[in-house]
Amino acid sequence: MKLDYRGALRDGLRHALINEPRAFLMGEDVGAYGGCFAVSLGLLEELGEHKVRDTPLSESAFVGAGIGAAMGGLRPIVEIMTVNFSLLALDQIMNNAATYLHMSGGQFPVPLVIRMTTGAGRQLAAQHSHSLEGWYAHIPGLRVVAPATVADARGMLWTALADPDPVLIFEHAALFGISDEVADELEPVDLDRAAIRRAGTDLTIVTYGSGLHRSLEAAEVLAADGISVEVIDLRTLRPLDSTTFLDSVSRTHRALVVEEGWRTGGIGAEIAAQISEEVFWDLDAPVGRLATAEVPVPYAQHLEAAALVQVDDVVAAVRATIG
Amino acid sequence: MPSLGADMEEGTLVAWRVAVGDTVRRGDIVAVVATEKSDIEVEVFESGTIGELLVDEGATVAVGTPLARIDAEGAAPAVAVPAASAEPPMPVAPEPVRPAAAPVRTASPHRQHAGRVLSPLVRRDAAALGVDLAAVEPADPDGPIHRSDVAAAASAAAATSPTTPASPTSPTSFLRGSGRNAGRSNASSPVGAGQQRSAQRSGQRSAASPYARRLAAARGVELATISGSGPGGAIVARDVPANPTSDVNVAAAAPTAATEAPPVDPMRAAIARTMERSNREIPHYYLAHTVDLSGTTAWLADRNADRPPAGRLLLAALELRAVALAARKVGEVNGTWVDGRFVPGEGVHLGVIVALRGGGLLAPVIRDADQLDLDATMATLADLVERARRGTLRSSELSGATLTVTNLGEDGVEEIFGVIHPPQVAIVGFGGVVDRPVAVDGQVVVHPTVRMTLAADHRASDGRIGGRFLSKVASLLATPTKL
Repeated sequence: MKLDYRGALRDGLRHALINEPRAFLMGEDVGAYGGCFAVSLGLLEELGEHKVRDTPLSESAFVGAGIGAAMGGLRPIVEIMTVNFSLLALDQIMNNAATYLHMSGGQFPVPLVIRMTTGAGRQLAAQHSHSLEGWYAHIPGLRVVAPATVADARGMLWTALADPDPVLIFEHAALFGISDEVADELEPVDLDRAAIRRAGTDLTIVTYGSGLHRSLEAAEVLAADGISVEVIDLRTLRPLDSTTFLDSVSRTHRALVVEEGWRTGGIGAEIAAQISEEVFWDLDAPVGRLATAEVPVPYAQHLEAAALVQVDDVVAAVRATIG
Repeated sequence: MPSLGADMEEGTLVAWRVAVGDTVRRGDIVAVVATEKSDIEVEVFESGTIGELLVDEGATVAVGTPLARIDAEGAAPAVAVPAASAEPPMPVAPEPVRPAAAPVRTASPHRQHAGRVLSPLVRRDAAALGVDLAAVEPADPDGPIHRSDVAAAASAAAATSPTTPASPTSPTSFLRGSGRNAGRSNASSPVGAGQQRSAQRSGQRSAASPYARRLAAARGVELATISGSGPGGAIVARDVPANPTSDVNVAAAAPTAATEAPPVDPMRAAIARTMERSNREIPHYYLAHTVDLSGTTAWLADRNADRPPAGRLLLAALELRAVALAARKVGEVNGTWVDGRFVPGEGVHLGVIVALRGGGLLAPVIRDADQLDLDATMATLADLVERARRGTLRSSELSGATLTVTNLGEDGVEEIFGVIHPPQVAIVGFGGVVDRPVAVDGQVVVHPTVRMTLAADHRASDGRIGGRFLSKVASLLATPTKL
């Protein structure tokens, strides 16, 4: 059946709330309003208040409540409206959720799932266009995932709920409109493995989230010129499935990392470093990186487009790498 | 008294460079101060007329002591303290009106614009016009540098040196530095830029990718002989010829399939194939000799005594020379086994095993080794080993050996049972020099000795011939005057 990304998220959420008795959703406007991005629309009416709870406007408070609920045996799904608001709960996420298992000597796992919207491209300007998943991927104790496809948007939550540790799901706002064919039954997603979305022989693009779609488009353009590009969707930014992209690069001998975060200290830097460390002698060109320009994301449409990685940028970067 | 270093507490005024009544301008040298390290010229940060010298030459005063009074033009007398360049003092008197005719002056090297705001626009203009911002004097000396200041500086520079173009930078570099393109390039071409940098960083040396280097090393290709087709002219994998060397070379390329997706290092694969073939096809026999080196090491020490380190002979050269001369005498070990028969070598071409630091080995060849005297043998050996390890051997230097010599003495090995490199028919191995008890004239004495072995192809020769060859090597090595 055909499903869009938003519908897939809702389907995954509904499936989780129905099939996992310990699961419940909470966050700002997730109930009566149906979610800021309408992901939970209708779920309060269908499943009731014990499954879907509106919270006060305090990220620190309701993420903290989620951590407590998780430690107490529930499987809370906390929605944070957009990634920038997660900064208000950063202390809860980083100092509490990510550390309790360690600090309690293994006694208190925190099986918490936090969903949030990430990314730019919708003219929401400098404060609502962040891609901070790379930041969160810096923190041991968290799992950071980023569904780029409809099937992943639908199935990742179920796998995340089964994880005994806190999982952060970054749903890309610019992808809400994409749609794709999916199986009738919800299929759980393997969060431990990156996915090769397109096989190729000349260069490996390592990307995730919105970068996947730009990269696939670019690969299509390049294929017309006889350049065969392999596109890897990381899916999980922490822990990284390094094996998949290292194997790929050792086959194609060239690598380009495409991300939406800022370039300096980004997840792309980590990937490029791993490639240089592990498969240096297989490299036939320097590892390339494409990232968002190091500016606050502009509001004006043409400036925002200029700041973000576009399909043409990917095409040009691949050509420059191959020479 | 300015602070001319964080640890300076006082200074001695060595000399005044100005006198009462002199007009000074900001940046002028007014005095010389001795510190513990050296004498340092002190510049003034005020403009005006010297009203009074407050400290005599030769006097030592604490940092911060006023040295002179400077009277600003048309203003009340003021005391000014020349201070360290890093801490320009606040003016204590209004600045005199500056002559408009001299907007640009040669700035003292101490002049800093620390703390002065330089707008991106000003930086861009300065870069485009080739103006050193540190040398630009703004119209308002305490205000920021404006575009007009940069333009004035540029035209002043053009006026003073008409042969120098006012705008040394090209229009393209101007554009590259502009905000419009700089923002864009971040997203559009970081890869190309990085590759250009990589290529430039390599300087004169041809840039080559790690993969290309690996392939070239495995295939025995000298990178300098290849021209690159990659970004910035870099050598990439596709530029490395597939199979340039003959099968004789140990380091011959692995099969193409293995190159596509190497299951192992290609050099390892090549060695594996060669050695496998050797042990499968060649019926080896092994002989060993112990050579008493007491005369040889003494001769060598004497020979090297007055030579610089670079010109000294090593025992390895003597070994090679002895093997080469013996191989000329006993030709049955010098040649190849091809199509069921022995083909004697045309000349004695010694393959020398060189272990590479990253693993694997190469066997560069000393051609006509029997024609080279000891010094020439030594020089050739040193050159081949050096270039083998650098990966700059020519393919011709890796093929055509008629006999191979290996020496593992450096690694503490006492005796080698070699594996013949097909299609050759013998390999001579030398262990390290070891002090052993030997019998001399019925007495047991301890002498430096070396264990020398021959692994030979029984199809091409018999033990007696091999023994004759080995005896010949041993006697030559023990009597270096014959070398």
